[in-house]
Amino acid sequence: MSNRKGTTSVGRKILMALSGLFLIVFLLQHCTINFLSVVAPDAFNNVSHFMGTNPLIQYALQPVLAFGVFFHLIMGIYLERKNRSARPIKYAMDKPATNSSWMSRNMIITGIMVMLFLAVHFIDFWLPELNTKFIQGDMSGLNAAGEFRYMEEMAHKFDNGGRVILYVLSFVFLSLHLLHGFQSAFQSVGFNHNKYTPTIKRLGNLYAIVIPAVFIFIALFHYFNQHA
Amino acid sequence: MDLVLKIWRQKDAEDKGKMVAYNVTDISEHMSFLEMLDVLNEQLVSSGEEPVAFDHDCREGICGMCSLYINGEAHGPDRGVTTCQLHMRMFNDGDTIFIEPFRAKAFPVIKDLVVDRSAFDRIQQAGGYISVNTSGNTQDANAIPIPKPDADEAMDAATCIGCGACVATCKNSSAMLFVGAKVSQYALLPQGKVEAKDRVMNMVNQMDKEGFGNCTNTGACEVECPKGISLTTIARMNREYLSASVTED
Repeated sequence: MSNRKGTTSVGRKILMALSGLFLIVFLLQHCTINFLSVVAPDAFNNVSHFMGTNPLIQYALQPVLAFGVFFHLIMGIYLERKNRSARPIKYAMDKPATNSSWMSRNMIITGIMVMLFLAVHFIDFWLPELNTKFIQGDMSGLNAAGEFRYMEEMAHKFDNGGRVILYVLSFVFLSLHLLHGFQSAFQSVGFNHNKYTPTIKRLGNLYAIVIPAVFIFIALFHYFNQHA
Repeated sequence: MDLVLKIWRQKDAEDKGKMVAYNVTDISEHMSFLEMLDVLNEQLVSSGEEPVAFDHDCREGICGMCSLYINGEAHGPDRGVTTCQLHMRMFNDGDTIFIEPFRAKAFPVIKDLVVDRSAFDRIQQAGGYISVNTSGNTQDANAIPIPKPDADEAMDAATCIGCGACVATCKNSSAMLFVGAKVSQYALLPQGKVEAKDRVMNMVNQMDKEGFGNCTNTGACEVECPKGISLTTIARMNREYLSASVTED
């Protein structure tokens, strides 16, 4: 049969869930490292240098991450288009709020907002990193004064109030996305159990609020640190 | 009570269709929604107009024919009921009620409020059965031990009447609650396990071919299902699908 596995509706939703779970794990890692910039700037510099120069992370994990983000985006848009086409004539009167949450119905909106933020984020951090390391060939991670540059680069980005507001808003969208996405990913891969699902839902809500809140805190911390 | 009904009228499958407003008066709050439509149709017939076509059969909540989207909800504002079990006491005097057919590419409108749900039949035919020769030597049902919780869960899934409310209410017009229920009712029983892999693959493939959307786990189907089919059936279908696709040749 030609229409099998990853190309069926169930296959696609499983792939969507797996890429989502992968990004959830990545986010925890990213959040933990960023939080170091608040509590232990030296450790933040060291870990950043390690993450930025370790060949395994740079050449094996980073491409996987980039693929994961890209795949989640493209698949999300593809599924949304397909789903919209499954109902060509809309209802004259529809009350979706009576049976489902806003978050669950608007994953495409919150998802695209997060992706737009990622574009800004790449321009802010990723592209300058690529330029420094691979175009200028400076793998030292040091600034002109001979110290690690990561901490001051991050602080510099959060000097701008407009950018801080943009970051805060983006993480609100991420939170809304995760409020549905976290538990939904488990359901999609078939993990639904009377004993464990309520815990997964609680854990998902906690994750969806705490992780974005920490990111927001970090951005505000660096902003106010420089404007106190 | 007096009501304004805004009803989808469509002459045939080719017609574009439109919402038309009708007034009905002296409706008893004890009437079922379908009886209220009967009153409207009596009125239309006596004034020489074409009555509103709508599906109905048992009028006791088990046939699943009454496919109406009422005031923005499948089978109306009540929960755990089909349209025939929806009573007019759920509405107030002077209300305007929108009555539309279930909407999905896979459920084309035949006339007015009647939709073609044969897509569900074709999904069922793709694997919603067990291959048992029934000529003679019928085995005693109790010869195969089945744990009571499994039998109960299979029976819960089997209560699906195939009404299509899940598709109608899903923002993606996904049929996964229906297919999940049909896959589950067999997957939980020893007789169904023999053909489990082919069943889930073939039913999912047929579901896709019919043009239903993808599930995004909004959970609306579970809320609107008149038989209370649970989202756990969709998770089971996903599990069955995953294990079948990993282990098949």
